[in-house]
Amino acid sequence: MPSPHILIIGAGQAGGRAAEALRGAGYTGPVTMVGDEDEPPYERPALSKGVLLGESGPESTFIHPRDHWRAKDIELVCGVRAEAIAPASRSVLFSDGKRLDYGHLILATGSRVRPLIGVNDTLGGVHYLRTIADCKRLAKDLAPGKRVVVIGGGFIGLEVASTAAKLGLEVTVVERQPALLERALPADIAAQVERLHRRQRVEFRLGAGVSALMGTGGNGGGRVTAVGLADGSELAADVVVIGIGIIPNTELAESAGAESADGVVTDEFGRTSVEGIWAAGDVTSHYNPMLGQRVRLESWQNAQNQAIAVARNVAAATSLPASTPVAYSEVPWFWSDQHGVNIQMAGLARQGAQTVWRGDPASGRAIAFCMIDARIVCATAFNAGGEIRFARKLIESRTPVSAGDLSDSSKKLKDLAARTEPRVSAVGAAAA
Amino acid sequence: MGWHAVADAEALGDDEAVGVKVGEVPIAIVRAGGALYAVNDVCTHQYALLSDGYVEDGCIECPLHQGRFELTTGKAMCAPVSEPIQAYPVKVEGGRILVELAD
Repeated sequence: MPSPHILIIGAGQAGGRAAEALRGAGYTGPVTMVGDEDEPPYERPALSKGVLLGESGPESTFIHPRDHWRAKDIELVCGVRAEAIAPASRSVLFSDGKRLDYGHLILATGSRVRPLIGVNDTLGGVHYLRTIADCKRLAKDLAPGKRVVVIGGGFIGLEVASTAAKLGLEVTVVERQPALLERALPADIAAQVERLHRRQRVEFRLGAGVSALMGTGGNGGGRVTAVGLADGSELAADVVVIGIGIIPNTELAESAGAESADGVVTDEFGRTSVEGIWAAGDVTSHYNPMLGQRVRLESWQNAQNQAIAVARNVAAATSLPASTPVAYSEVPWFWSDQHGVNIQMAGLARQGAQTVWRGDPASGRAIAFCMIDARIVCATAFNAGGEIRFARKLIESRTPVSAGDLSDSSKKLKDLAARTEPRVSAVGAAAA
Repeated sequence: MGWHAVADAEALGDDEAVGVKVGEVPIAIVRAGGALYAVNDVCTHQYALLSDGYVEDGCIECPLHQGRFELTTGKAMCAPVSEPIQAYPVKVEGGRILVELAD
């Protein structure tokens, strides 16, 4: 019996890692990966940091050089969109009119930027940042001495603020919520991030809604000159960057009748509600057994490791006899770099957690633990990335720890974590 | 370049790493499972010092993206790393850790 065609929609980090992992798992049948961008699979984190700064070129983000995929016998099709899935005939229709059949379909369609509604975001100098193309356009506008207003105090907005400050622009961040990073961090930890930015002369307008983008000229042709706030004030701006979140690209999955709820719903193995259709990366709302809940994660880790796990399960499903799938069950982990400070987060922030600091945040090197019932649910490390691994262990094992031990820097986290049962990560343990 | 004394053997606990430099070459000295290893300290994925990372099961894990390298060979063990790091001969003499670099 010939091997089934495995079709991957989306050629971003998740799609690329999935394709790679199929081959890594020994799958030798046909694999096709189709993406709507012009580039081969790449990682996005540097687009708001090193690449935007000009320290490294866009190609440095490629997971592998363009010709690598052919060498692995993976058919990579760029610049083509998938329009609809016909699950009954197991085929996908594309924007170039072609139709491809599949045995297994992996949806790695990722997400798109959330538009700022009710303003003229087509003015020159107004940017969103998601793709290499976006990054190239924005980089041209970030000239020293210019005034940039960043709308959105999440990670993307703050990283752009950091990069723009380093490039010598005057930076103001506008955030609708009263605190930065409201979705990711408790306010007392986010305040440390704010301090970091203020030291580099980044200004903030918190609790401020945006009502308008003003520009020169009439319809369409003009350039942005100011950002109008809900309280009637205006911020002069040469450049505006909107970073108010992303929306998962669930429409394709929905065209196949797959269940979708703020992301394509999958189980811990990556299966959607439709037979033969799997999903991986940003687009998924997947069940994580370690957390005991479904999560949609917008992270590098999830785009890589969940995709690898799902692809291995797809490969396992094609083997004869089919082998047992393995759940993706990692502690969520994320990092950011702002003003030369590496910030790493593990776990998920939860309401009602108590913050315990280890080290003095003013010293530049510290970890904040969010505790519930003597257990760590989330840890945020500032310039202490080597320690976050132990925090992850403590989160995963749910080991009870005292706030006193955690805040005592003379007690090694390594020793606290060593009290836990060793457990091997499903993805990290095996060679890719 | 021959053998270079880089650190005190006593200063390094098990499953710990320390970053040193021999000339311009950054090297991570690692004690794992009681044995000493020396590998290039810079991750092959993006710039980060492996000596700031995590040592477990005979591997050193990058603190930035958790790419893992085998300490005996420098082999890349999992995504996102695919290029190996160089491993160097290492020994202890008179309480000092010595690393050998080729010319």
